[in-house]
Amino acid sequence: MQSTRRNFLTTAAGAAGAAAAELSASAQDHEHEHGHSHQVVPSDMALRVKSLESLLVEKGLVDRAALDALVDTYENKVGPRNGAQVVARAWSDPAYKQRLLTDADKAIGELGFGGQQGEHMVVVENTPGVHNMIVCTLCSCYPWPVLGLPPVWYKSAPYRSRSVIDPRGVLREFGLELADDVEVRVWDSTAELRYIVLPERPAGTEGLSETELAALVTRDSLIGVAKVQTRRQGGAA
Amino acid sequence: MNGVHDMGGMQDMGPVREEKNEPVFHHPWEGRVFAMYIATGAWRKWNIDAARYMRELIPPAEYLRMSYYEKWYAGLVKLLEGRGLVAHGEIESGKPASGSSKATPPLTAEQVPTARHRGASTSRDVPVAAGFKAGQPVRARVINPTGHTRLPRYARGKLGAIHRDHGVFVFPDGNALFQGEKPQHVYSVRFAARELWGEQAKPQDSVYLDLWDDYLEPA
Repeated sequence: MQSTRRNFLTTAAGAAGAAAAELSASAQDHEHEHGHSHQVVPSDMALRVKSLESLLVEKGLVDRAALDALVDTYENKVGPRNGAQVVARAWSDPAYKQRLLTDADKAIGELGFGGQQGEHMVVVENTPGVHNMIVCTLCSCYPWPVLGLPPVWYKSAPYRSRSVIDPRGVLREFGLELADDVEVRVWDSTAELRYIVLPERPAGTEGLSETELAALVTRDSLIGVAKVQTRRQGGAA
Repeated sequence: MNGVHDMGGMQDMGPVREEKNEPVFHHPWEGRVFAMYIATGAWRKWNIDAARYMRELIPPAEYLRMSYYEKWYAGLVKLLEGRGLVAHGEIESGKPASGSSKATPPLTAEQVPTARHRGASTSRDVPVAAGFKAGQPVRARVINPTGHTRLPRYARGKLGAIHRDHGVFVFPDGNALFQGEKPQHVYSVRFAARELWGEQAKPQDSVYLDLWDDYLEPA
């Protein structure tokens, strides 16, 4: 039994490598044409994926309408607006904020968010003296229910590699310069806990409604690579 | 496996480049790969650790060159073949093998919202004693497994402290190889940045990792 499993993995490794080598050969051609290597698409990728989809549909392994629903969900229904609502509620309601920091699953669930790739959430709070940022050095773990699917830079080698060893340098590339005496905490998502940052509420927002506050909260501030700014600050920056 | 996917602490990957107004998917095929991965997962023929391990097995030069969803495509094909949902020849031809029967998809469009909301927790409600408690100093073990592991190289052998006990979760190393779940406690462990990187780090900075009992020893 065990040796069967080992064989599977060995075979899979070899075959994945072969498939990968093929892909990369066409990727290189493409890279040459366009001169930027990230998100280069082998010209035949669309065809391969189409072929796989018709095979899976024909075999009854997937329902095409379910695929459409999944794409629609993550393109249109789930995204950083969810996380922004959580933050705006926490800024507006101290009791909610307390629940959010002590039992994030429950508090986030109160707003109707939760589930796949956000089954176990942790919220970490930024203060004037503490700055948190989130990474997954081993793959690209990300809290889908509150942030949607991750952007390319979050999944990229530069971010995954340097966030833990040089967080201040990485933040500088995002235009965020932290004072020397601020404490930086980096959260590497190595298990099935998913993180978001509770950013600092900007000054001058005392009169704003929850909806207005949510509109200020960006995806990057929820990952901890930016601060939340008021529209005026944002315009001046 | 000490692979290129274990990137924490590398310094030669260049600057982080943010794309303004980035779309969720850059090409329609990326969305289809994502959706097929989720939809075929409903067959429960593999687990998240096995899926990650498949992507880790992509050879390093290709791993670095491929985009995220290219890696997902390669990993998905290997899962489908390796777990017997499709045959290699079927992938090549794009057609079901002659005489193969048609299955009924386990995930319909109507079930997508419920399935998403339910998720797939790897937390296990089983009585397992915790090896460590909050505040306790610990050392990440020096181990070099040749299979899947979630203990990054940069933390191995380093001294930290238990920040918080998250409860009991499936242990990934064996689960990735379908050898069973071996549930155990997972802890948030704080490592001082200077313990990990030396004097170049600020004395007050730190990195927190979520680590299983099997990755830790008392210090």
